[in-house]
Amino acid sequence: MAKIRGTIVVDTECCKGCKVCVVTCPTKTIDLGHEVNSKGYNYMQMVNPENCTGCTNCAAVCPDSCITVYRVKVE
Amino acid sequence: MGEYKLMKGNEVIAIAAIRCGCDGYFGYPITPQSEVMETLMEEKPWETTGMVVLQAESEVASINMLYGGAASGKKVFTSSSSPGISLMAEGLTYLAGAELPCVVVNVVRGGPGLGTIQPAQSDYFQAVKGGGHGDYYLIVLAPASVQEMNDFMDLGFELAFKYRNPVMILSDGIIGQMMEKVQLSPEKPRWTEEEIQKISGSWATIGKTPDRQRHIATSLDLDAASQERFNHKLQAKYKTINENEVRYEEFMCDDAEYLIVAYGSGARISQKAVELARAEGIKVGLFRPITLFPYPTKAIQNRVPQLKVILSVELSAGQMVEDVRLAVEGKIPVDFFGRVGGMIFSPEEIVDAIKTKLVGRK
Amino acid sequence: MMEIKDMIKPENLVYEKTKVLTNNIMHYCPGCSHGTIHKLIAQVIDEMGIQDKTVGVSPVGCAVLAYNYIDIDWQQAAHGRAPALATGIKRLNPDKYVFTYQGDGDLASIGTAEIMHACSRGENIVVIFVNNAIYGMTGGQMAPTTLVGQVTATTPYGRNTELNGHPLRITELLAQLKGTCYVTRQSVQNPAGVRKTKRAIQKAFENSMMKKGLSFVEVVGTCNSGWKLTPTDANKWMEEHMFPEYPLGDIKDE
Repeated sequence: MAKIRGTIVVDTECCKGCKVCVVTCPTKTIDLGHEVNSKGYNYMQMVNPENCTGCTNCAAVCPDSCITVYRVKVE
Repeated sequence: MGEYKLMKGNEVIAIAAIRCGCDGYFGYPITPQSEVMETLMEEKPWETTGMVVLQAESEVASINMLYGGAASGKKVFTSSSSPGISLMAEGLTYLAGAELPCVVVNVVRGGPGLGTIQPAQSDYFQAVKGGGHGDYYLIVLAPASVQEMNDFMDLGFELAFKYRNPVMILSDGIIGQMMEKVQLSPEKPRWTEEEIQKISGSWATIGKTPDRQRHIATSLDLDAASQERFNHKLQAKYKTINENEVRYEEFMCDDAEYLIVAYGSGARISQKAVELARAEGIKVGLFRPITLFPYPTKAIQNRVPQLKVILSVELSAGQMVEDVRLAVEGKIPVDFFGRVGGMIFSPEEIVDAIKTKLVGRK
Repeated sequence: MMEIKDMIKPENLVYEKTKVLTNNIMHYCPGCSHGTIHKLIAQVIDEMGIQDKTVGVSPVGCAVLAYNYIDIDWQQAAHGRAPALATGIKRLNPDKYVFTYQGDGDLASIGTAEIMHACSRGENIVVIFVNNAIYGMTGGQMAPTTLVGQVTATTPYGRNTELNGHPLRITELLAQLKGTCYVTRQSVQNPAGVRKTKRAIQKAFENSMMKKGLSFVEVVGTCNSGWKLTPTDANKWMEEHMFPEYPLGDIKDE
């Protein structure tokens, strides 16, 4: 059975840690990390990367356009 | 050359704008200049030259429509009278701050407040010293005839684009309403898109192409050091304007011992007064500033050594007289004669003032 | 199990930042709706291929610096005057896509005359109206759209209708005017809202070249700093309190 898998790349310098993406993620893939960027924001990262389906919800709601999404069909 | 017509000053403004290739007019009715828009609407230039004419909901909107058009590199103008110009003060300082070219015709009436619909020259300070906030100047042209209403339209656009600065034609109810013979300027076509690209392509907001950075028409700069640099650049521009664009006219000044300084309709009436006084043997001349900013300071200074007293004659309580005094630097007395509130002096009244305030000065 | 690095390949790309957004980091507070709305406008401009034919007009307010983020030619207007600028641009450049981007203080308070008459004349422009019920830039004062009882810097005891009057539903008002062809209210707090808002913006841009009149897209947004809530709580507060007063959906579509 084909399975959809995805991943994201976050521009951590432009992330402000607003968490709007975190509550939007249907698979609890992402959360804020403990590290901070040069502006002092905790930035978003994948905490459960294996959950990601590449649905793009996080990127769609991101006010700072810092998420790039990739998706593959795994046979 | 252009044809001769008998026309009102306000009508000529409209015709001259169409003939000099103006792209757009945005205005709001106010006495004593409503004929400008009425004439434009009658002429329907959108069917001939393609010029846009739009009646806005207010003077505030008019001047901001001008901003929109000017920032896209178009030749745009508006007209109004004193209370309307007060409403435009905000827009004018934004235009000056964003370095946008446009022409604003002010057919001045008496104030303050709603004042009167009769002519006055009581908006000199507003036109020349600001009106809006910040360190900026308008280039101010003061026509004294219907012919100059025609000529200054084209000149106004030329200066506005040369310096990327708003230009005000400071007229009044006399010049606006008066009918005179006028030789219309030859017709010039409106600029093509290619010409706009050539003339204003380095700053106009005409669509960002891949080969250049985006253009932003703004007066905002939150960084104080950068805002100071911009202000210095503006001041340097005003200095260049001061050095290159001073215009004035002298009448019977060569042997004058006394001098009247007057502009616009005040100069027109003063010229007759000078003729009457000369007939009585009084050696008086007339100095007429044509540009009020830049002010012909040096030209007045050059006349000072031959003069005993200067009289500033204005349809105001005494506004331009301050610039005459600044020019004279206290070397000789400068007196003032004026009427206010829409009342107009006669040549005879000015002759009386010449006799009491100049010749008979104690 | 496929490695993450094996997925990050151009052929697997499904979402990336549009090229019509610049690389400047937005000055907006974390979670601010402005960023999302900017992105949608930029995406529409990118997808329609009209970057070289679009002129934006930025307001006074937080979005005054919109010109730093969307990579098109911009004009910056005095407070409330954006529709007048847009009128000047569009009348003289009918082949350009012209839009204003205005907040509720700018559009619904100081600029009511300009927006009302631009709508009434049926200017062929797009107006993006961001309503977050507060003056964000000046520090959270009452706006015309502030809700009854809402605490702001100038209504510290809550908006009181006797003192401050009622929230202004200007969008419904503008829908009454014959010059508007499309009037809608959207929001961008979740993916569905984002998709609908983007469609609305695209439709508005398309309308502006069809000489149908003015297209007006209100986006109900958050001002979490002004509301003194976290970004995610602000989104919840918006759904609970703003949407009853400002219901989402098309108000007019002709």
